[in-house]
Amino acid sequence: MTDKMTATHLDFYYGQTHALKDVTLPIKEHRVTAFIGPSGCGKSTFLRTLNRMNDLVEGTRVEGEILLDGENIYAPNVDVTTLRKRVGMVFQRPNPFPMSIYDNIAYGPRLHGIRKKSDLDAIVEQSLKGAALFDEVKDRLKRSALSLSGGQQQRLCIARALAVEPEVLLMDEPTAALDPISTQKVEELILELKKAYTVAIVTHNMQQAARVSDFTAFFLVGEMVEFDETHQIFNAPADNRTADYIGGRFG
Amino acid sequence: MTVNTAARSAAVAARRPRSLTETRFRPMDLILKCLCILAGAVTIAMVAGLIGYILATGLPNVTWEFLTTEESALNRTYGILPNIINTLYTIVITLVVAAPLGVGGAIYLNEYAKKGRLTKIIEFTTEALAGIPSIIYGLFGMMVFNNTFGFGYSIISGCLTLSIMVLPTIIRTTQEALRTVPVGYREGAAGLGASKWHTIRTILIPCCKGGIITSLILSIGRIVGESAALIFTAGIAANLPTNWLTHAGSSGATFAVQLYQYADQGRNDVSFAIAAVLVILVLAINLLARLCSGRKKA
Repeated sequence: MTDKMTATHLDFYYGQTHALKDVTLPIKEHRVTAFIGPSGCGKSTFLRTLNRMNDLVEGTRVEGEILLDGENIYAPNVDVTTLRKRVGMVFQRPNPFPMSIYDNIAYGPRLHGIRKKSDLDAIVEQSLKGAALFDEVKDRLKRSALSLSGGQQQRLCIARALAVEPEVLLMDEPTAALDPISTQKVEELILELKKAYTVAIVTHNMQQAARVSDFTAFFLVGEMVEFDETHQIFNAPADNRTADYIGGRFG
Repeated sequence: MTVNTAARSAAVAARRPRSLTETRFRPMDLILKCLCILAGAVTIAMVAGLIGYILATGLPNVTWEFLTTEESALNRTYGILPNIINTLYTIVITLVVAAPLGVGGAIYLNEYAKKGRLTKIIEFTTEALAGIPSIIYGLFGMMVFNNTFGFGYSIISGCLTLSIMVLPTIIRTTQEALRTVPVGYREGAAGLGASKWHTIRTILIPCCKGGIITSLILSIGRIVGESAALIFTAGIAANLPTNWLTHAGSSGATFAVQLYQYADQGRNDVSFAIAAVLVILVLAINLLARLCSGRKKA
């Protein structure tokens, strides 16, 4: 089992705030890694450093390195477009673009230079199938994506991310805005996705982490307290703070 | 203790619930309500009276001939066709100059510029620019475009002056529209690897189309109604174009300027006819702007 990505001695600052402190963490290939911890612990920030989404925020600074297949993604000559093509992202709130379902999925492939209609058609179908949404929307691909339900929108966003054929999929609390049935669908999807992709997921829901992930990292006030196989973390955590959090004593 | 309890129960008794149908007379409420209704009525009456008076006085003189010929001293007829053409030239050229600048400026301020002192200052100046009386723009335009650049009294000088004048409207309205675009769209596009410019082109501008169009229509309203800034810069000529290409280089009066001219000569009948045309035009433009911004919300 190889490490798809590795963070080494990663420090992250929002202005004066030291948001991530010396985080060292591997993301295993074809496995689901969950980041858990109370609000403000840095788990989302860490997820966003993995494809440099924090570049969009003014006044942030990164120290240390993150390797993707051995290459430092923070090296000065890195093309962020290529990085984000390889490391895709799904956000907490479903954020389909105000265009048709088809155009949403085709947005990424078009961006990366695919123009041929037949190629795009194939990608759209494949991605929607990959996100278990195809059967529900196949007759209305030209309809606005905003007409879908919240759960369908989130699976559309997953399909949109899959359409650029990423190697790693980052998911920032992907079910936080969804009802239980949609949540279940997305969770089943995550288990399916890890066959072809490497998944990293931030979640507030510990049952979810236990259900979908192979590895779990516990974050607390900017520190990565403990990282291990999920059953280990949930059954026999090495650190007292992890045990307290899992046991529901705080957070 | 006992005193307290007694007082409490007395207070509770006094607070016996009032019947819902029992009305209380509140004189202050009534007076204020009447004053508000009066103020509203006066406002509506003034606007309606003004528009009604202009239309009633002006419309009888608006004939087909009036709209489709130029003034003829020989025949003693009046026509505003040259002014219609000049107004069209002025609108088109002004927007061609101001729209890219304004929309581009708004995109720069919202998407590229670092939020700091400089952007604050630029935004403040833009706001201040909107409050400057138009005759000052006219004076400035005359010094810069007519004299320094050597364009003389010409439609192009007028258009460049008006461009500066409508910039604040375009910038502010576009900025407002950009601010309503959810952060999620920007993040979603960035997450797929889209560059900033690609996001702007494929997501932000399509989202803001309604706002941008509204700002352009509002600008047209201002251009059509402007006189002070144009008298100094575009001048007062009212000739049909001899050459459609070079027409912008010659002096030309828009409706509003022509109206001023006739009013100055004491030709109130012609002035009011132009005023009627102008009022209808401005009302139509505002209605169009409302429709455009309304569609955006739906």
